[in-house]
Amino acid sequence: MLNDEDRIFTNLYGFEPHNLEHARKRGDWDNTKAILKKGREWIIEEVKASGLRGRGGAGFSTGLKWSFMPKELGDRPHYLVINADESEPGTCKDRDILRNDPHKLLEGALIAGFAIGAHVAYIYIRGEFFNEGSAVLEAIEEAKAAGLLGKDAAGSGWDFDVILHRGAGAYICGEETALIESIEGKKGQPRNKPPFPAMAGLYSCPTIVNNVETISVVSTILRRGASWFSGLGLDEKNAGTKLFCISGHVNYPCNVEEEMGVSLRELIEKHAGGVRGGWDNLLAVIPGGSSTPMIPKEICDSVHMDFDSLREVNTALGTAGVIVMDKSTDLIYAIARLSYFYKHESCGQCTPCREGVGWIWRIMTRMVKGNASVEEIDMLWDITKEIEGNTICAFGDAAVWPVQGLIRHFRPEMEKRIMEYRKSVA
Amino acid sequence: MKKPFDPYADYQPEDFSFTKKNKKKIEQIISLYPQGRQQSAVMPLLDLAQRQVAEEGTRAEPVYGGWISRAAMDEIAKILGMHKIKVYEVASFYSMYNISPVGKHLVQVCTTTPCWLNGSDEVIKSCKSHLGIDINETTKDGKFTLMEVECLGACVNAPMVQINDDYYEDLTPETIKEVLALLCEDMKPEIGSQKGRKASMPLTGATSLEDQAKKAGVE
Repeated sequence: MLNDEDRIFTNLYGFEPHNLEHARKRGDWDNTKAILKKGREWIIEEVKASGLRGRGGAGFSTGLKWSFMPKELGDRPHYLVINADESEPGTCKDRDILRNDPHKLLEGALIAGFAIGAHVAYIYIRGEFFNEGSAVLEAIEEAKAAGLLGKDAAGSGWDFDVILHRGAGAYICGEETALIESIEGKKGQPRNKPPFPAMAGLYSCPTIVNNVETISVVSTILRRGASWFSGLGLDEKNAGTKLFCISGHVNYPCNVEEEMGVSLRELIEKHAGGVRGGWDNLLAVIPGGSSTPMIPKEICDSVHMDFDSLREVNTALGTAGVIVMDKSTDLIYAIARLSYFYKHESCGQCTPCREGVGWIWRIMTRMVKGNASVEEIDMLWDITKEIEGNTICAFGDAAVWPVQGLIRHFRPEMEKRIMEYRKSVA
Repeated sequence: MKKPFDPYADYQPEDFSFTKKNKKKIEQIISLYPQGRQQSAVMPLLDLAQRQVAEEGTRAEPVYGGWISRAAMDEIAKILGMHKIKVYEVASFYSMYNISPVGKHLVQVCTTTPCWLNGSDEVIKSCKSHLGIDINETTKDGKFTLMEVECLGACVNAPMVQINDDYYEDLTPETIKEVLALLCEDMKPEIGSQKGRKASMPLTGATSLEDQAKKAGVE
């Protein structure tokens, strides 16, 4: 488990003010110029060597992503876009960075922007985070006044501006190309890839989109060294620290920074006061935000929280939003409610998603009652398989995985519900 | 869920114009985006229009909340040189743009799974009985509109409700009533956790960063 001296987010809970003075005391903006002086190649290589993988859900190597940007600035400007559209049910980690540690984000933005040749970063924050956005705006103004942003940012010779763009309520805008469309003043509908944003992103210019947490850990990694970060966690592919959000049926729900690869049980028992009614009262856990398939208690007993360990058990680390469900939970409803969420949030562009997710929700609603036939469970599975992989973006996959997780592990429960319903109406 | 856009509804006003102060703000907003990319300002401008109406609504009798009329959308289209339909498209796509009238306090109860697991059904019930309205209805005095919304990203502080710009978290069926009662009297309830905990730390105290917690005097 993680020691306090290895924590990056030392103001996660807002024990101290988020202003520049206190951020500096915590070590932010400490000779940032010296980091930039080492050059973009060094920064990208160091971030690659640290093993940092994107913290927004997909887990792609951050350094590698940055290296896809054109090496030289051409006619088109480069952009850094920071994804603060945190909307995946079960996830509320970026919110703490935005409101309590915004300078960590801004310093990371300067470093990342410099590394990819961008003079401008847009932070796309979900509109509902109004107060969090105001904290970021304050931090931007402070940083500008202190010469840390703007012309010759932090004395580095690199001009760099950060602009906050508020969203207005659309989960899909967390998808990077939908987010770009949204900044361009359109409805948030994902684009076909390729071209990838590194080739043609915002305003058709080379663009890197990174999650808030990803950008916010960069400055600490570069200060303490890639080997410090890669030395934490399970192995070099599952390295570093990670913010976890533990919600649902635990005694004390919370956010906490822990080591990548921490055991799920330890995470819940040490930080969230354990499962309500004790570990044996656990039924299932959604380990990485709503789209990751749930795992039953037998798997939770021994699983570790990192990219590869969770993939081995047919689920994913995702955003590390851990949703805990105890034995009192109607799991079928819990998942049907997520199906409603995805139906509501589908952008409507691709038929399998627009029609299929509504279809899933309607069947799931009947499954909650048991007003269905056992064969329909197979049909439900088939529908999920027709949606998965057949849409422009990963939303289609995200929408069906929770249902697949339910069928994979709790099919007997669904059958039982159907039998009970038949008995009750007979 | 928001209502569909009805450009010919009786409630649509004839015209809309931004205040002098907001016109200045608009110039500043447009300057944040590259030349020729002023369409990027459509979202901030819709938000600005909604906030202007909300401000007017606090002085009206009966009061009302912020919403965006067709006239406001047309005005924004004119300012940004966009086709009107492109503005309607954006305004109707995003859930936070109210495209029909709402009450002064827009009570948005999150009922997605993490909030549901922790009792959002009871919070909704409490709101309905306290306000005497159903979901998607507005109280007769124009003070409250009740809505059910999707995940607001405060899951470890569930159940929670957003009212205008503020989050009220760690709610019980009782504490949400207290919040609503204060708002009804134009008083300001404490925002954030209604159980008095600091942000997202465990209710019983920090399990990490204990030294910082002590230094800050947090129990």
